[in-house]
Amino acid sequence: MAADEPLVLGIETSCDETGVGIVHGTTLLADAVASSVDTHARFGGVVPEIASRAHLEAMVPTIERALKTAGVSAKDLDGIAVTAGPGLAGALLVGVSAAKAYAYALGKPLYGVNHLASHICVDQLEHGRLPEPTMALLVSGGHSSLLLSTDITSDVRPLGATIDDAAGEAFDKIARVLDLGFPGGPVIDRLAREGDPAAIAFPRGLSGAKDPAYDFSFSGLKTAVARWIEAKRAAGEEVPVRDVAASFQEAVVDVLTRKAVRACKDEGVDHLMIGGGVAANSRLRALAEERCERAGIRLRVPRPGLCTDNGAMVAALGAEMVARGRAASGLELSADSSLPVTDPHVPAHAHDHDHVHEISKENLYS
Amino acid sequence: MDTATPAVTVALHDGTAVVAESTRVDARRHGELLLPAVDRVLKEAGTALDAVTGIVVGVGPGPYTGLRVGLVTAAAFSSALGGVPVHGLCTLDGLAYASGIEGPFAVATDARRKEVYWARYDDARTRATDASVDRPADIAERLAGLPVVGAGALLYPDAFPDARGPEHQSAGALAALAAERLAAGGEGFLDPLPMYLRRPDAQVPKNYKVVTPQ
Ligand SMILES: [Zn+2]
Repeated sequence: MAADEPLVLGIETSCDETGVGIVHGTTLLADAVASSVDTHARFGGVVPEIASRAHLEAMVPTIERALKTAGVSAKDLDGIAVTAGPGLAGALLVGVSAAKAYAYALGKPLYGVNHLASHICVDQLEHGRLPEPTMALLVSGGHSSLLLSTDITSDVRPLGATIDDAAGEAFDKIARVLDLGFPGGPVIDRLAREGDPAAIAFPRGLSGAKDPAYDFSFSGLKTAVARWIEAKRAAGEEVPVRDVAASFQEAVVDVLTRKAVRACKDEGVDHLMIGGGVAANSRLRALAEERCERAGIRLRVPRPGLCTDNGAMVAALGAEMVARGRAASGLELSADSSLPVTDPHVPAHAHDHDHVHEISKENLYS
Repeated sequence: MDTATPAVTVALHDGTAVVAESTRVDARRHGELLLPAVDRVLKEAGTALDAVTGIVVGVGPGPYTGLRVGLVTAAAFSSALGGVPVHGLCTLDGLAYASGIEGPFAVATDARRKEVYWARYDDARTRATDASVDRPADIAERLAGLPVVGAGALLYPDAFPDARGPEHQSAGALAALAAERLAAGGEGFLDPLPMYLRRPDAQVPKNYKVVTPQ
């Protein structure tokens, strides 16, 4: 790694993971995570106040653990990045407050960054610099979006998104119908491996000729699966859990990959990045690989640990902000639970001209 | 500093007196306001954060979201500065100290949901009970005849006829109380952990709902 690459600490608290990552340019040095997922399991979903309480407890110890793992001193950091949004307001606020305090105490620039752009940028830690443009399919319990980025620090365009449930939510709901517990993604993935994906023809949402080409809908699928299971139960028949899991999962990943590949073709983009918690799904990875290869598209999917929410992805985007000379955030930075995906970061208000530097298009890496 | 109530309040105390203070009342912007307030106070005092030898933070009780801003900021300052000690104080103690009342009295802050956080005091420096959260009508009888200090008292004049100021928390008072305790040997502090007094609102989702029309 080059000596002039930025050393950045990133903090992520938008949901139930307290994540702190440290990167040097595109090299991952530490990825510390404390999760409250077990506490939420009995509620069948993330409880915001429980998540916020857990973030407060875990925040500073996780930062200290990341620094220790990376073997760097906080004084040597070139910047502190933090998820400013979107996410749970109270949860985001813990991370944003901690990031501001560290940045202020250490005299380092602060970068409030977008959670979704971070999910894309994390792939730089795995596969090197993102090609420009890159098509990204982000799928998790909170989001399902197709995004096109020509510069991850300044230009992220939404092409499509779910009009109802996120893909990960559908997994959680079907897992609940099947009494498989929370979260639903990993257990459905595991059972589906032993089932027949063609056993039941579940509907593919928004796949008609007149439907929006890049939007998703998983609510109808969820209802269809639930009805199918209820009909079996009502008839006193055993529910073939493995086949249901496989057929449901197939319906989800079929639509996701088909639309993503189509978007790449339509936009003339030859790279597809898949991120978010659902990108850990083995069938999604396999089908995307198959379809991308057939279409001549290079697929980039980070390892599962980098797909779920983590601090490394925030640090990765923060390092890119530093490398490209983007304006830092101000001390008044606030958590924005609905930060638009089109804002990769939250620069200081323009009137704080002390902090606003001429934005350089020069890329420090090139 | 204290963010457990609608006041975002920061003060710098040099062991003798409050050197600078910033207090703004805005229940919805704790996260935005706290660091600029810290910066303002330090600049006004002509010093920097790394000159600080101790951090005093109000641990509540208070509505959670704001409360956490102060606590995580104090913990992060301490960590970033290499372990500067963080001293927790009950938020109500700051109001009690600021009131300067000699005899027995109580302090009450707004807990929302028609409740108050409150505690009894023997005098301005001595809390007589643990902080609790209750409906004003349910404690009115127990506090009858006593002055009650703070926004929680002023909000409910029926329950607290002898409601008094100060209405809002002042970090200057909190810092002055802490300075007295530190000078006296450093006893009387709480761990800098949140005093929520309520369990999180967590509804277990109802059992799986049948979607097939019956
Ligand atoms: Zn995410």
